[in-house]
Amino acid sequence: MSIILDHINYVYSKGTSDEIKALDDVSMEIRTGDFLGLIGHTGSGKSTLVQHLDGLLKATSGHIYYNGEDIYDDDYDMKGLRGKVGLVFQYPEHQLFEEDVFKDVCFGPRNLGMSEKDIELAAYSALKAVKLPDELFYVSPFHLSGGQKRRVAIAGVLAMKPEVLVLDEPTAGLDPEGRDEILDMVKGLHDEDNITVVLVSHSMEDVANYADHIVVMEKGRVHMDGTPKEIFSQTEELERIGLAAPRVTYMMYELKRRGFDVDTTATTISEAVNSVIGAVWNA
Amino acid sequence: MYIKRVMAIVETKDLSFDYIRRDDEGNVSSVNRALNDVDLSVEKGEFIAILGGNGSGKSTLAKHINAILYPTEGYVLVDGENTSDETKTLSIRQKAGMIFQNPDNQIIGSIVEEDVGFGPENIGMPTKEIWERVEEALKILGMWEYRKHSPMRLSGGQKQRVAIAGVVAMHPKCIIMDEPTAMLDPVGRKDVIRAARALNDVEQVTVILITHYMEEVVYADRVFVMEHGNIRMTGTPREIFSRVEELEELRLNVPQATRLAYELKKRGLSELPDGILTEKELVAELCRLYSTI
Repeated sequence: MSIILDHINYVYSKGTSDEIKALDDVSMEIRTGDFLGLIGHTGSGKSTLVQHLDGLLKATSGHIYYNGEDIYDDDYDMKGLRGKVGLVFQYPEHQLFEEDVFKDVCFGPRNLGMSEKDIELAAYSALKAVKLPDELFYVSPFHLSGGQKRRVAIAGVLAMKPEVLVLDEPTAGLDPEGRDEILDMVKGLHDEDNITVVLVSHSMEDVANYADHIVVMEKGRVHMDGTPKEIFSQTEELERIGLAAPRVTYMMYELKRRGFDVDTTATTISEAVNSVIGAVWNA
Repeated sequence: MYIKRVMAIVETKDLSFDYIRRDDEGNVSSVNRALNDVDLSVEKGEFIAILGGNGSGKSTLAKHINAILYPTEGYVLVDGENTSDETKTLSIRQKAGMIFQNPDNQIIGSIVEEDVGFGPENIGMPTKEIWERVEEALKILGMWEYRKHSPMRLSGGQKQRVAIAGVVAMHPKCIIMDEPTAMLDPVGRKDVIRAARALNDVEQVTVILITHYMEEVVYADRVFVMEHGNIRMTGTPREIFSRVEELEELRLNVPQATRLAYELKKRGLSELPDGILTEKELVAELCRLYSTI
């Protein structure tokens, strides 16, 4: 069970002088249960790519298979796909519009044609899943804080009970605590509710902390595809394309150079702490 | 007797601000105090960082310095001019330029150099001087070679530097940056912060940087930490980042190197000093204390 992208090309403004090839022969697989980190500098094609996953953009050429079925087949249930692949855009709170939080979260499942009772159940469990306090369910979304609004927007997508949750920079503009809250919540959805997650991020630290599979985009192409340790060991190549390794990884290289027996594949604070402590005690 | 005093570029006294919401009839339905008795003083040439959780009042404070919002109580002086005095609004906006989160909302020209020249042109500057200022600003920001490009084809970091060049072309004394790197990739972030530091170091422009990225604060002269419209902590980055638990209570964090040092200390490397700010410092301390070579 997976999403397979097979030689996907996408051209913006095709046939005009502004023609831009945004995706160039992209082939990749998102396996069920993945926590995929999608990274690349601005303009590398990440957002264009994720908009293909729920059929919002249609590839200029190539095929996408969702659990083995070609989503571009004439008789494919595209509306059903939109319920299975939930896409949370950048700054999703800009799209809140209803008079209260609960109504806003009901909008998605209502569009899928669920019964009124199922809609309300889905909205309720989605708001619970994003850990929004009950007393905020019936206030105007515009009275919430930035982090709360974003959680409501994510709940609106979760209420459609997606199998795959795609988040395009879900933590941009949030304070550090708000960033951790959102990402811990997403991790909970992945670990406990078995939702496949695709996280687009500019924070190498966040990707290192949460993802188990990383795809690096560059100029519309899949440039690297591997585990966090495989990807973040290639620091020079990452820098060449406008990215970086997590900050602790650089520190481990420097400590190694200075004679400490540390693990240079450490990408998170806790891995670095364990490795440095071990190196100091064994010295 | 004439007493000469070093004048602050930005000074606020008892500054309070209420967001007032009104119903359809125009009656006040709610009052939300966003700033509460804020006193601060920023000297010319300082690099100031403002930290605080979402909703702590950082952006509301920033908008007061640029005369976008006016105090409900108290006052704000920018280079000695009161922002509540409408005759001074234009002068204040020239002295204190503002940069926002999203570069796409700040760029209007279809060619980089035209975008940067928009501000000077708007205040009726002679053409020759406009072009001199555009050239100067683009060179300071390292964007001169892109002057003939369309801003739409630039990366996020490059767009943000064009937006900053547009402010620099107005020869401001102070630039307020409200989360200028929130939407940028790692290299774009580094370039924008480097540009801000260069403006401060080389051009002596006062910089007030609002950010959620703790690493960007490390080089500031002073840090203000806000919560619920109040300034809760003031100090150098080293002083502020020594107080890890207090910062966490305020929904904040510390730089990665500070965090790593803090965790190592808890795990028994107790000789490590507090307030380590950079990876370089931490490596140097570990070598000094524990290296066997």
